[in-house]
Amino acid sequence: MKKIKIAVFIDRENKNINAELNDDSSVSDLLKKLKINPVTVIVSRNSELILEDEKLNDKDKIKILSVISGG
Amino acid sequence: MQININNKNCCSEKPVIQLTAGEKLCKNHFNEYFENKVFKTIRQFDLLGKEENLGVAISGGKDSLTVLRLLNKLSKQNPKIKITAIAIDEGIAGYRDKTLATAQKFCDENNIKLNIFSYKDEFGLTLDEMLKILDVKPCSICGVFRRYLLNKKSIELKLTKLATGHNLDDECQSIMMNQMKNNIGASARLGPKVGVSDDGKFSQRIKPLYLCMEKEVTTYAFINGLLDNFNECPNVAHSFRAQVRDMLNGMEQKFAGTKYSIVNSFLETLPILKEKFKGEMAQACSKCGEPSANETCSACNYLERLKKSVMHQN
Repeated sequence: MKKIKIAVFIDRENKNINAELNDDSSVSDLLKKLKINPVTVIVSRNSELILEDEKLNDKDKIKILSVISGG
Repeated sequence: MQININNKNCCSEKPVIQLTAGEKLCKNHFNEYFENKVFKTIRQFDLLGKEENLGVAISGGKDSLTVLRLLNKLSKQNPKIKITAIAIDEGIAGYRDKTLATAQKFCDENNIKLNIFSYKDEFGLTLDEMLKILDVKPCSICGVFRRYLLNKKSIELKLTKLATGHNLDDECQSIMMNQMKNNIGASARLGPKVGVSDDGKFSQRIKPLYLCMEKEVTTYAFINGLLDNFNECPNVAHSFRAQVRDMLNGMEQKFAGTKYSIVNSFLETLPILKEKFKGEMAQACSKCGEPSANETCSACNYLERLKKSVMHQN
């Protein structure tokens, strides 16, 4: 199956990573792969929020933003 | 609460959130939904009177800035609701300085007076310095001093009420923590409006985000430009609260609506708890005069321990 590559920034860890997924993958698949509970984050692409069922595209730049209060 | 699953989109615009009940809302409809929810909470629990000199406790984080933004909106519609912001600088290097800068920027941009009070000025030590002296849980000592200072300064500033950014997740965690620690008396001091007292020693605190989930607050903060870079207090990561939070988020993922159910069932029992524990915190601390459950308050007890440890070290 064809693969897509996604650039991901995880704000809670202040970390950039690259993720490889099947080309019909969604935000939900990305969060599963990264073992992130969807209840604890919001996800943006090009400064717009996207939902868990949104399909991802090759070379997408995704931000995963924590909803957890800092203290 | 009955949750009816409905996976429909609100309109043809791209959705920014899927609510617990399943509905997907676009940016404009979510903004309207969220603001109405907060204003409805204020009415439902009678959080504000017709005239208020209202304080808003802010940290610079998304929750408190969201509350400040919404109460500022209310204040502009109703000049009898006057607002001022209060922030506490605990002295946590590399953390609080960043969030206070965000808080100051927001207040400057919106013409809101920000009063900052620090542990260093009030107690002679920063939190970081206290934690080098005493072997205590950071969140316990920090919470005691923060509540003490917020109450004291609210009275000094003659505030009629103090609004905080506590959301549904915070409340849910507190309820579960008190259950797990068999500290049900502390739960009697939870709820959307707390600290009622006739003697002027308590500042009444209100929680306009009481029924808003953390994800909803973050979504609102994101689409309204209130979300700063993620900052987490270095002391919070391994706290008991953090573990309860993770457990609740795990349950919420498997069983959507868990947090609403916990808070709603708690609200059913709250009047009984308040009646049972109404005598607690009724006396004045013999040292500082602040409200206390015992002869001396927790803040004075910590200060005494700090003083003794410093003398012992010298």
